Amino acid sequence: MATTSQRPTIGGGIWEREDLLTGCQAVAEGVRLADVDVIAAFPIRPYTEVMDTISKIIADGRLDAEYIIADSEHSQFEIAKHASAVNARSFAGSSGTGWCYGFEALVVTATDRLPTLFLVGNRALDDPGAFGVEHNDAMAVRDMGYLLCWVNTPQEALEHVLIGYRIAEDARVHMPMALAMDGAFLTHSQHMVRLPSPDAVQRFLPPLDLGERRLHPDNPISIAPQVNEDWVMEMRRQNWEAARRARGVVAEAYGEFNQVFGDRYQAPYYFDEFMTEDAEVVLLGIGTAAAPGRTAVRRLREQGQKVGYVNLRWFRPFPTVELRESLSRFKAVGVIDRDFAHGSPDDGGIVLHEIRSCLYPLRQRPAIVNFICGLGGRDISIAQCQEMFATTQRAATEDKLDGFVSWIGVRE
Amino acid sequence: MATTQPLNLKYDRIKGVHKIPLEEFYTSGHRTCQGCESATVMRGFVKVAGPRTVATGSTGCMYVANTSYMTTPWIIPWMHTQLGAGGSSAIGTAAGLRALMRKGKIAEEKINVISFCGDIGGGDMGLGGISGALQTDLDLLIILYDNESAANTDIQATGMTTYGAQTTFTPPGSKYRIMQRRWKKNVAGMLAVGHPTVRYIGTACASYPPTDYLNKVRKALAVGGPTFIHTFDPCPKGWDYHPRYSSDIGELGIRSGIFPLYEIIDGRISYTYDARSTAKGRIPVREYLMRQGRFAHLIDEDVDYIQSMIDQMWEEWEIPGVAPIKGELTVKP
Repeated sequence: MATTSQRPTIGGGIWEREDLLTGCQAVAEGVRLADVDVIAAFPIRPYTEVMDTISKIIADGRLDAEYIIADSEHSQFEIAKHASAVNARSFAGSSGTGWCYGFEALVVTATDRLPTLFLVGNRALDDPGAFGVEHNDAMAVRDMGYLLCWVNTPQEALEHVLIGYRIAEDARVHMPMALAMDGAFLTHSQHMVRLPSPDAVQRFLPPLDLGERRLHPDNPISIAPQVNEDWVMEMRRQNWEAARRARGVVAEAYGEFNQVFGDRYQAPYYFDEFMTEDAEVVLLGIGTAAAPGRTAVRRLREQGQKVGYVNLRWFRPFPTVELRESLSRFKAVGVIDRDFAHGSPDDGGIVLHEIRSCLYPLRQRPAIVNFICGLGGRDISIAQCQEMFATTQRAATEDKLDGFVSWIGVRE
Repeated sequence: MATTQPLNLKYDRIKGVHKIPLEEFYTSGHRTCQGCESATVMRGFVKVAGPRTVATGSTGCMYVANTSYMTTPWIIPWMHTQLGAGGSSAIGTAAGLRALMRKGKIAEEKINVISFCGDIGGGDMGLGGISGALQTDLDLLIILYDNESAANTDIQATGMTTYGAQTTFTPPGSKYRIMQRRWKKNVAGMLAVGHPTVRYIGTACASYPPTDYLNKVRKALAVGGPTFIHTFDPCPKGWDYHPRYSSDIGELGIRSGIFPLYEIIDGRISYTYDARSTAKGRIPVREYLMRQGRFAHLIDEDVDYIQSMIDQMWEEWEIPGVAPIKGELTVKP
């Protein structure tokens, strides 16, 4: 969990000021502080407010950038991709089916290894139209060569724009970053946010330098000429290696961030744990499900139950070793999926499959149960989290419950 | 309206075929077919734009046949872009370079940004992106190379294939002689009418009249802002004729008036081949059609229909070749 033991000083140093910001507004301030050069906008709820905010920041002269109002999400991501190719720092974003509309452009941005950053304000996929959160949109890029990470507060959102560019633009990585946040619950909820000073940001985030991959008349290269079976496999291998190298760079970037901004994040950075020291069963979730999850933990702890919560921040690169080490301590893990994977093994969610796959090689592994909940933005209540804990606790002792998948809060 | 006055635009005009620059920036390495006119379009634009140019190329035959790994023909920086991203790739490239120059991150200089796309990429799938590009204030040129088919996937009909043509999507059969029943989409005209702030929109044929295409590229780059050129590219494989006749077919197409040649600079149109009957006139379109195997199945009635559509375009349209609107202004009381 991102915590600071002491309240930092505001003004004059690392933190310039404090402001009440939504998740979207915080990302916009992150884009300003990262001195982004090209922004490609197109409206779709709930991510849009980030673009509203950036346009006002530019109108007020607080950021010098090209602000392009694109004709579609496909164009948005293509614009960001090609701006990145000429060594400009670029930013775009979307939600739900808008993200899907741009999918072709999203894929080539990753296969071209261009280190741009896209915000995904998670939204249910049409049909029917719904504005609420579901994670299937962002999850769609999970195997394409993206850095994929979820944030849970506006403060983390701002900071992860900077951390995101830092990792994506590292020459060992050069991968695009999908920064995801729950629609409404984070995109539109306000928190007090500390805004870093531009000086401090400059100390943390170096300028983009694509080096010999930069497209410019001084460096006349051809990018992505046609290849077939004679070369594609080697190129896939290079992307695979970059994704593997990203693991080390993630930890390095958080370490540097902590050095400049005080100890904001704790190792292993990829996820944070709440009251897990002596826990026997835990729930593991992504995104704002952590809020009711942690409250449920506190209430059950008051009743003497040894429970905890694991909030998974990074999905790509997936923290295989770290999660194995962490989750093998528990008797049972309840995986919360705010997504669906119809027809998949045991008809579970995407996160379930990744966690099970991660833990499979362990000799002693916890029982794993799965909860599909909060789809389409449906609230996940504290009571439901307590119910999920009860099921997970039963799975710790009843073998037949291993692999059990249940839908929470659905009308039957 | 049509004007005989030369437009007063300062640019480095190529005054004849012997004055065409010798230096090539699109060289060996491509695998385009013999007689490929689209390759001539590629070679031409980069020759006259020069080395301070960045190009993006949409998927199409000028990607797949043109730019292969380890044998790139491009001396200038070039990048692939997706089929429908002709417009958006130009925006991203031009916006990126402009921002970096304005913010002092790279040296300030004129770098031409040229994006090319085929007829299905530009005229069908990428139309929205091109429209978006033409609404910006960025310096960029989009060249739509039109060989009237998806030539890379074995000649499928597109929105810009000539009426009646045989393609693999529109084969003549025992029940239907004509499967290509759509009239060719008028992309340059549509873009000109829809984007009044664009300062240069032109159509061209790389081989006829000689140097006309090259000078149009020069003019578009000199005018600045977002600009657009639509080229008419005979394709031996797709149009089914011997490769040695490519330039002849192009010339016949222009002289028959089926593909109007013009340029619109600051809202003033100038015809670079005036095919109206009051001017140079037109050769019968039959002379153009019957040189190509793709029209071999047409009967007189079909040719007459195509001829009548061309006649209407030149004699009845309010702005020939651009706006298919005719008649007097009438206002209902």
